[in-house]
Amino acid sequence: MSAKLDRLVRQLKESFGDRIGEPVLALGEVTVTIPAENYLEAMRRLRDDQALRFEQLMDLSGIDYSEYTGYQGKRFAAVSQLLSITHNWRLRVKVFAPDDDFPVVASVTEIWNSGNWYEREAFDLFGIHFEGHVDLRRILTDYGFVGHPFRKDFPISGYVEMRYDPEQKRVIYQPVTIEPREVTPRIVREETYAKGGGRG
Amino acid sequence: MADIKNYTINFGPQHPAAHGVLRLVLELDGEVIVRADPHIGLLHRGTEKLAETRTWLQTLPYLDRLDYTSMLPSEHAYCLAVERLLGVAVPIRAQYIRVMIDEMARILNHLLSIGTHALDIGAMTMVLYTFREREDIFDVLEAVTGIRMHGAYYRPGGVYRDLPDQMPKYQENRFKNAQTVKELNEARNGSLLDFLEDFTKRFPVYLSEYHTLLTDNRIWKQRTVGIGVISPERALQMGFSGPMLRGSGVEWDLRKKQPYEVYDRMDFDIPVGVNGDTYDRYLVRMEEMAQSNRIIQQCIDWLRKNPGPVITDDHKVAPPSRAKMKGSMEELIHHFKLFSEGMHVPAGEAYAAIEHPKGEMGVWAVSDGANKPYRIKLHTAGIPHLAGVDELVRGHMLADATAIIGTIDLVLGDVDR
Repeated sequence: MSAKLDRLVRQLKESFGDRIGEPVLALGEVTVTIPAENYLEAMRRLRDDQALRFEQLMDLSGIDYSEYTGYQGKRFAAVSQLLSITHNWRLRVKVFAPDDDFPVVASVTEIWNSGNWYEREAFDLFGIHFEGHVDLRRILTDYGFVGHPFRKDFPISGYVEMRYDPEQKRVIYQPVTIEPREVTPRIVREETYAKGGGRG
Repeated sequence: MADIKNYTINFGPQHPAAHGVLRLVLELDGEVIVRADPHIGLLHRGTEKLAETRTWLQTLPYLDRLDYTSMLPSEHAYCLAVERLLGVAVPIRAQYIRVMIDEMARILNHLLSIGTHALDIGAMTMVLYTFREREDIFDVLEAVTGIRMHGAYYRPGGVYRDLPDQMPKYQENRFKNAQTVKELNEARNGSLLDFLEDFTKRFPVYLSEYHTLLTDNRIWKQRTVGIGVISPERALQMGFSGPMLRGSGVEWDLRKKQPYEVYDRMDFDIPVGVNGDTYDRYLVRMEEMAQSNRIIQQCIDWLRKNPGPVITDDHKVAPPSRAKMKGSMEELIHHFKLFSEGMHVPAGEAYAAIEHPKGEMGVWAVSDGANKPYRIKLHTAGIPHLAGVDELVRGHMLADATAIIGTIDLVLGDVDR
């Protein structure tokens, strides 16, 4: 398997040169970061190049890196998982949106039609805009929802809750009445943890 | 001449043939569908966001709730992703157990799929038969995991416990007399594997009953042949996987092409369709059940002969045994740390995909070294399939919409996450 992925890494370098980032082979998977300006062209090439031949866009999702430990860089990325049935290999493609306040990346719906709903989802949940998408509506959240719930600054309890109001005889929205609580705190261990020092 | 306008109807969200809470806005020209716009998200629970606030282990039971007709394979994809990040090895016996249970889930899923599909388009009887067989599998799952549906049985590093030595038995009550109970318990006198083996021997007979009922049935064929045809090129373009892709003649099955666990030791075939229509996909699913039955038999055979551990002995990932924990300070600390703080997964990312009964189920897990996931993205097969409904139903009659929703094997828990 590893020899095959080495071949994929070599092929990527050969086909794209320095128009894409350095392909990284880790945990038996290849990841490549493509600059936003070369994204669309590179994705088309990834599909059409006979030596690469990624026929399927298996998944595309957004990610918000703002709270990633030790991370400094662009906040939003769109991450695609590509699959080639001809060569039987996978590739993960990352593209970072250049502007953190108004994240925009190109849409790949024209290249892979399956991108349609994935991009709608990333737009809905992360607020990433896909330029060239013909039908960029919300998909998972409620009609009339405000905000992008999967951003790290959106609380898990949300901002509004819904209940039936017996006086008005209809369902109404009101500010949330539950308080967020955290049972287990999020912990990142320091590098020296359990590596000597104590009697351990 | 009067202007004839297209007519828009609302299908669902509460409709018996919508398989859950699916709202489909259909634009009709007479009785022909011009456009379909599925509105999803009515069952959106934010599983991925919830996972970010739970520890790696606490996230696991949410995975069962995605596709609630074949529960444990979703956990499988998650465990594979976490195991890859941790770099932990899974004992061989646990791999066999996982494969066996995944194949049981495949039978479980296809039985429901075919049963309700037939029910939707007018063959009431099918669902009664398929639910009878599902009950046997649920009994096995209950004996193994302790619960009928949402097992929470797989763990990063193995499975929670070994298979039980005996099957629960029926007891006499005022509805069941001694004679009935004795007949019901006949297959349950041995171990769990004995019961399952008995099931795998009975199952081909059931399968042939379904074939007798449906395969050459004139009405069934009229409702399915040539309905929802998709070419292999379009199926790839739209991200289809599983039986939806194989029905169009693309021989692609992750169990064969990118084998995980012990699938490379199993002897089984991949059925593919020819025409890419609803009928071919039905045949593919029927044959997949027969193949799953073969895999289960091979697993039973191996599991009988090879006892051993079922979960890793790396106590940073899996808890020590109760007995050891009671007697050793270090094991007690391991246990406490594991269930209070949780395991720490090294920073990195992994995408693990399995051949879920519905298609490719992938989990993209991102960790920054914390005791909680940084981001979990769940790719379920249902999303691209439902996105393809628009193309599948165009030009078909309104009544065919239910046939097409049936054939894509839709479960909204899986689509909405």
